[in-house]
Amino acid sequence: MLTAFAIFSDGLVYAAYLFLVAVGLTLIFGVMKILNVTHGSFYAFGAYGAATAAGVWFDRGWSDAGGLLFMVGLAMLIGLAIGIVLERGILRFVYGKDEVVIVLVTYAVFLILEDVIVLVWGPRSYAAYQPMVAAGSIDVGDLTLSNYDIGMVVLAAALAAFGYWALKFTRYGKLLTVVIFDREVAAAYGINVKVIYTVTFLIGAMLGALGGAVMAPKISVTLGIGVEVIVLAFAVVAIGGMGSIEGALIGALIVGFGRAAAVHLVPQVELFVIYAVMALVLGFRPHGLFTQPAPRKI
Amino acid sequence: MSAILSVRDLEKTFGSVVAARDISLDVPAQQTVGIIGANGAGKTTFVNMITGHLSPSKGSILFEGNDITGLPSRTITRLGISRSFQVAQVFPSLTVTENMWAAAAIARGRDSIIARALTPLDTPEAKTEADAAMELFQITRYRDARAVTLPQGVRKLLDIAMAVAGSPRVLLLDEPTSGISIEEKFGLMDVVMSALKTRRITVLFVEHDMEIVGRFADRVLAFYDGTVIADERPETVLANPRVQTFISGTKPAGEGAVHA
Amino acid sequence: MASRGTLIGAAAFAILAAGAPLLPQWLVSLSTIAFANALVVLGLVILWRTGLVPFGQALFYAIGAYAVALLGRYTPVRDVFVVVIAGAVCAGIVAYLVGFLLARYREIFFAMLSLAMSMILYGVLVKTETLGSTDGFHVEAGSFFGWRPQGAMRNLALFWLVLGCCAVAAVLVARYFRSVAGALAIPVRDNEIRVEFLGISVDRLIHLKLVISGILAGMGGALAALAVQHVDPQMAYWTTSGGFVFVTILAGAGSVAAAFVGSLAFELVRSIAVDLLPGAWQLILGSALLLTILFLPEGLGSLYARLRRRKEETAP
Ligand SMILES: Nc1ncnc2c1ncn2[C@@H]1O[C@H](COP(=O)(O)OP(=O)(O)OP(=O)(O)O)[C@@H](O)[C@H]1O
Ligand SMILES: [Mg+2]
Repeated sequence: MLTAFAIFSDGLVYAAYLFLVAVGLTLIFGVMKILNVTHGSFYAFGAYGAATAAGVWFDRGWSDAGGLLFMVGLAMLIGLAIGIVLERGILRFVYGKDEVVIVLVTYAVFLILEDVIVLVWGPRSYAAYQPMVAAGSIDVGDLTLSNYDIGMVVLAAALAAFGYWALKFTRYGKLLTVVIFDREVAAAYGINVKVIYTVTFLIGAMLGALGGAVMAPKISVTLGIGVEVIVLAFAVVAIGGMGSIEGALIGALIVGFGRAAAVHLVPQVELFVIYAVMALVLGFRPHGLFTQPAPRKI
Repeated sequence: MSAILSVRDLEKTFGSVVAARDISLDVPAQQTVGIIGANGAGKTTFVNMITGHLSPSKGSILFEGNDITGLPSRTITRLGISRSFQVAQVFPSLTVTENMWAAAAIARGRDSIIARALTPLDTPEAKTEADAAMELFQITRYRDARAVTLPQGVRKLLDIAMAVAGSPRVLLLDEPTSGISIEEKFGLMDVVMSALKTRRITVLFVEHDMEIVGRFADRVLAFYDGTVIADERPETVLANPRVQTFISGTKPAGEGAVHA
Repeated sequence: MASRGTLIGAAAFAILAAGAPLLPQWLVSLSTIAFANALVVLGLVILWRTGLVPFGQALFYAIGAYAVALLGRYTPVRDVFVVVIAGAVCAGIVAYLVGFLLARYREIFFAMLSLAMSMILYGVLVKTETLGSTDGFHVEAGSFFGWRPQGAMRNLALFWLVLGCCAVAAVLVARYFRSVAGALAIPVRDNEIRVEFLGISVDRLIHLKLVISGILAGMGGALAALAVQHVDPQMAYWTTSGGFVFVTILAGAGSVAAAFVGSLAFELVRSIAVDLLPGAWQLILGSALLLTILFLPEGLGSLYARLRRRKEETAP
């Protein structure tokens, strides 16, 4: 019983984390058909930015809540800045090329940004645990839950709900839906696809940085955190179906609970259960749970 | 004469869209069948089902007495039914000659991947065969041009020549003259049809231009809303009032002109 | 019939083999690794020609390497020829098995699924005590038909072994490129539907390519394990795969030779860059990759082809 509850709560928290890091990736893929490896860099920059912000803020002994806001704000600003440089400086020149070629371009940029992190922050690790400590914890039966984790689940849920609402009911969301459905049709209807691309990429970049900022208090911010995140986010997104927000949510839940169950029941498989689930899902649903492949018309 | 191709109660639905229904017919060997019908009438769907690109929701297809319903397209090709496409399908980055080599090499080999990894592509036999096919379809003078640079008509011919490389007994041509100017259509059809006649191939071709259908077909199938509403000799079908209303329009040339 | 390319290639291999004793130790070791990795790159070239980029080729590399390491640890088999073949065969079998799933995918899905497969192996290796966990373990020095060279002689012998494997692989792969299955790479990349309708299964063609590239990667991994005398899970990690992809894109899919030249150049530049500009290695890699994709989409190998074409044009 305790294990079941632990699996449930751990799974939920892990799913929240996965959704936060995967949502930006799936958004960019859905709209632009770009598998954005630099998503890992956005995450890493977000985490480093947040850690720096935490250092500045909490060293002065300012309020805890404001500190978290400052961390998130600075991280997203960094995400925005890098996003602009990337999209305007490089990506817009390769739109329309092969999907695989674009992946390679983002991979190249990712490599460069990994070293930029070292140049800016050096090789040492950073900690930004203050918000986590300040948030405290509550006891539920024999289990102790961190309030910060609960907050993360709430944030992920809110983001999912907001994304759903934004896509369904806002003007930008409706335009996006058209672009996702068919870019040529969208262009033919006079939608400025270029602007939509830029805006989407920047939102995706900020979401990636947000993921990093939110995770910063929970992890040691150190070199290589971006690498792990991309691979994980890829897996989540592929399970749900590339480019689908619901897909990312369901994928995150499946992987989250799957991993939590593995950690508590068969710890040996923890490291690869995610990829095994992904391979299994793709074995039966080649394009993920939430997308249908369009048969090529001839 | 027994039929080389028989179709029984064929039906294809896409969700709630019924793209083809209640199609039953027999095609004797070496007949040339024209297929007409307005846009969206189900002509391509019919061709797709016979050639294995789509598997029918219902019904069966017999080729030389064997059931081929639902087989993958490559198997059907190897059995002897080949096709060309409404939008010519060629290998754009290869030259015309290389396109023909690829087609000839695939058609010649045994159906084992290992065997194909051991036989060279440009065998003298494949080369001769490719040359002969280019000659037959009169595209030899484009032999060194990359397919991506070809004029529409030549690309169509190449598409058909590649389909013929496997010496099919039945060939389905999906709109061989689409995207080609009215003046060129007849010339192209002359080249194609006489080439196919020399190879004694049974042909089913989809065509919007009634004049072309009248000239080249022995028999015409008129498609309307997914099914065959007339199946007779060209003159009879073209005189059929339902065909005139639904397909050829009051002015018989209307549909073809719009489509071109 | 020997073409000019074959002759140049044969001459290059002969010169390398004969000149190796004159080269400094470090260069021999570096070339050994470079050519072992070139086998993996050669496998990637086969896939890249059809437009497929596996981000998890390290899966087969690691399988080959671990096969050698495990044979050394748990069996008395030490002969380098036997263990290298064993590594290649194991990787080939794994490639055959995962091929049933992978061969159905294209483009990024192919890339990602291949990545996932390699990450599964990585997870297994890290978590399994008997496989050495995170630290990996030592690889026994091999014997050459009973001969057990030491020190510098061992390095030389290994280099010759790698060179021999590369020569065989180069000849076979060049021949494969001319075969029906190999030459269909570009048709498959151009238009799969057409290939299917001509009467051959694209999935099976790709499955075959996967097996060949898996065998090559396994052989490369086996040789690398012998050369480094150590295996660890990092060999299966996706950054290892990324490195192979990197060399492949840089070298281009134009020829067999490009894989070898590219791989050697890569190792050389790496060893220099790590000395001169420590901490900027990935920056250099990323920039080089970016510039190649943007300005030389066919890889550095195409530069040579371009030069030759220009020469032919200017020739009377
Ligand atoms: N893959 C598909 N998914 C959904 N509907 C389809 C699909 N293929 C065809 N249809 C529908 O089936 C119907 C018949 O289409 P088909 O392409 O067979 O028409 P056609 O007679 O070849 O028309 P055209 O002259 O325009 O080529 C159309 O309503 C079309 O929209
Ligand atoms: Mg049609």
